Amino acid sequence: MKTVTFRIWRGDAGGGKFTDYTTDVSEGMVVLDVVHKIQATQANDLACRWNCKAGKCGSCSAEINGIPRLMCMTRMNTLPTDQPVTLEPMRAFPNIRDLTTDVSWNFRVKTKIKKFNPRKPDAPDGTWRMQQADVDRVQEFRKCIECFLCQDVCHVLRDHHKHDEFIGPRFLVYTAALEMHPLDTEDRLPELKQAQGIGFCNITKCCTKVCPENITITDNAIIPLKERVVDDFYDPLGWLWKKLRPKV
Amino acid sequence: MATNYETFEYDVLVIGAGGAGLRAAIEASAAGVKVGLICKSLLGKAHTVMAEGGMAAAMGNVDDRDNWRVHFADTMRGGQYVNNWRMAELHAKEAPERVHELEAWGAVFDRTKDGKILQRNFGGHRYPRLAHVGDRTGLELIRTLQDHGIHQGIAVHMEHTVVTLLKDGDRVVGALGYDRERGRFKIFKAGAVVMATGGIGRAFKITSNSWEYTGDGQSLAYDAGAELMDMEFVQFHPTGMIWPPSVMGLLVTEAVRGEGGVLRNKDGKRFMFDDIPDNYKPQTATDPEEGWRYTQGDKNAKRPPELLTRDHVARCINREVKAGRGSPHGGVFLDIAWIKEKLPNAAEHIKRKLPSMYHQFKQLADLDITQEPMEIGPTTHYIMGGIRVNGDSQMSNVPGLFAAGEAAAGLHGANRLGGNSLSDLIVFGKRAGEFAAKFAKEHGAGRINEAQVEEAARRALEPFDRGAKAGGNAEGPYQVQHDLQEMMQSLVGIVRREDEMARALDGIGKLSQRAGQVAVFGHREYNPGWHTALDLKNLLTVSEAITRSAIERKESRGGHFREDFPNKDAADGKVNVVVRKNSDGTMNVRRETIPDLPAELKQVIEEMK
Repeated sequence: MKTVTFRIWRGDAGGGKFTDYTTDVSEGMVVLDVVHKIQATQANDLACRWNCKAGKCGSCSAEINGIPRLMCMTRMNTLPTDQPVTLEPMRAFPNIRDLTTDVSWNFRVKTKIKKFNPRKPDAPDGTWRMQQADVDRVQEFRKCIECFLCQDVCHVLRDHHKHDEFIGPRFLVYTAALEMHPLDTEDRLPELKQAQGIGFCNITKCCTKVCPENITITDNAIIPLKERVVDDFYDPLGWLWKKLRPKV
Repeated sequence: MATNYETFEYDVLVIGAGGAGLRAAIEASAAGVKVGLICKSLLGKAHTVMAEGGMAAAMGNVDDRDNWRVHFADTMRGGQYVNNWRMAELHAKEAPERVHELEAWGAVFDRTKDGKILQRNFGGHRYPRLAHVGDRTGLELIRTLQDHGIHQGIAVHMEHTVVTLLKDGDRVVGALGYDRERGRFKIFKAGAVVMATGGIGRAFKITSNSWEYTGDGQSLAYDAGAELMDMEFVQFHPTGMIWPPSVMGLLVTEAVRGEGGVLRNKDGKRFMFDDIPDNYKPQTATDPEEGWRYTQGDKNAKRPPELLTRDHVARCINREVKAGRGSPHGGVFLDIAWIKEKLPNAAEHIKRKLPSMYHQFKQLADLDITQEPMEIGPTTHYIMGGIRVNGDSQMSNVPGLFAAGEAAAGLHGANRLGGNSLSDLIVFGKRAGEFAAKFAKEHGAGRINEAQVEEAARRALEPFDRGAKAGGNAEGPYQVQHDLQEMMQSLVGIVRREDEMARALDGIGKLSQRAGQVAVFGHREYNPGWHTALDLKNLLTVSEAITRSAIERKESRGGHFREDFPNKDAADGKVNVVVRKNSDGTMNVRRETIPDLPAELKQVIEEMK
């Protein structure tokens, strides 16, 4: 049993301040346990989101000592406790209250991405055939738990506030999962290039570093999408070929 | 007057946005009606996301001997024959089509060598039947429905909680809720309402459920006059994490056992071979070698006893621990690491088959499951009981009120088979949406009773009034919730006795009085103290229903085990226990005879014995 001080952001969209709470921490506790303990004993109205407590739902995203992480998957024994642990909401989104933020922008962005559009079924019974090797890549992207930590850390959103021009790493991964889905027939490249602003990403890989699902966001999703956009719009030979090839 | 609350008008209002709620909303909107969807959390975070193993559907992709008849018989056997047989029949017949539909909406299941949807073994299922994606199938399901649903024109109200259902005469015509962000009340008018609110796990101390699962749907429906059925049947999942304390209750998927994991006591003994129920003996392996072959797909082998039904496995674990043969932290060992004796590259194989389990133990318990056994113990996981519904339409006895998924009763009987929950969501979510849309079209909107709205809003704000009066001296909601969980765990848990449950009823009465006096401080914006205070009433209602039903059933069956009546009773096996609210507010408990199976289904069960 150790005594730890938590320095937690208390406030809302109008502003706020850090408040210190001191509490005991026992073996195996994660940051979310400490928050719950403070909530139950010292601050009943401390607002935070959580659900599964197992790193599967992506609700308890916050910034722990300045790093975007899931509170439920951050063990106390991985943090220095000789100084206060700072805990604040994700900073790329407007604060609702205390540790909660208004992430509704993400849900709106998703509705603008063209939905899955499969080819005709492969078998007479209306089913498809796909090889495991062909779906491995997409399954990696579909591990995403929508915690939005990648959005939070992305400087295009966090520092430059390009929310109207750039969809962020989460939705580039989402688009990659659709574009690389073996059954999908849709073309999302024109939007990626224009309204969705894939060009804003300058592959600093911060998103990959914070992903709790260890999705290789930059290398496996964003860069291949960038390459597809380049092939489609900026490759002069490709352009010529598309002009000249016989139409089918 | 109530008129100044923001009001939304829908044909169908779906409460709950897990698999069942989303599927219902999709179906209703496809039927051309206006649909509102309320979720207690953000969209896509519901408990469906936690489901790991897979969804059961007799597609026969891995073993072509499988078909709906086998699935039906397995479900009835698992449920110890008190299931709503019509639901078990529809479920077995319709699940394959519902799974294929998910693929058409973008789900990416693991594949067989010939490119079909891969299916895995699971407890109580005779053949490999669970369509899955590693051990994150629930995430795949909810995300697929979510990503499909957002293009269907469904109005989604995230982080809203319903405090009461609104009625016009006998009929349900909407709901009153509040939004978490601002704490404002909102009226949702609807021609029909679908309850898809999930379970009640938070009534117990050790649970795999999150804060949301406070029995809201069951309790709101009960208050609106709906009958609840089978509430004594609570599933304690045999394998929850038990160490470190902060993760106690967190689920360890049955897929660990499906992939060859074995249970051992502290002496290293595989104790599950010691106690195999007679009705499962013909399909259980006779030795460890045969069990291993089964997990590796040998069609001639029978399943290992670790894959017996959850109720049985949980009780066996309980027995080992009580006999002093448990692990250091009061559970037993679940070992998948041992398969390195059998497979080259076992560590890689485990990480590929059970990625999130590997991840979960590595990060939360500092334990590498490819090298060491896990310590596990039973955890409150699921309630088989719930709102009593018509098997075809999913409508309750209250006109206009439908239920699907865990909130509804019937499909699983006395014990749910793993994998039958995700398929339940999509089969009956679809049906509830379809029939709710039909009902709404036929009956139109009802009239909202403003006095009912005002009364409900006033009561919901009472904890603040008490907080203002008490000025810091009154009791908050957390201690009451905690005491209820402790009590239910120890008195109405895995092993039950009449005298203990009588004490629990007494305790529930006292806790209800305390809950009626809890005070809340601060303001209405995103105030978890207030939300907990409001959830308490629901928790107490379902706790009372569980306890009274458990007292009524004087036998042991499925998830309900009575130390004072340890055997099955033929007469009790022919009834369901049903509760409803008396006009004076007390709880009425009665026995309802289960309708006879049609000859055709009876024959299916006989054939599969």
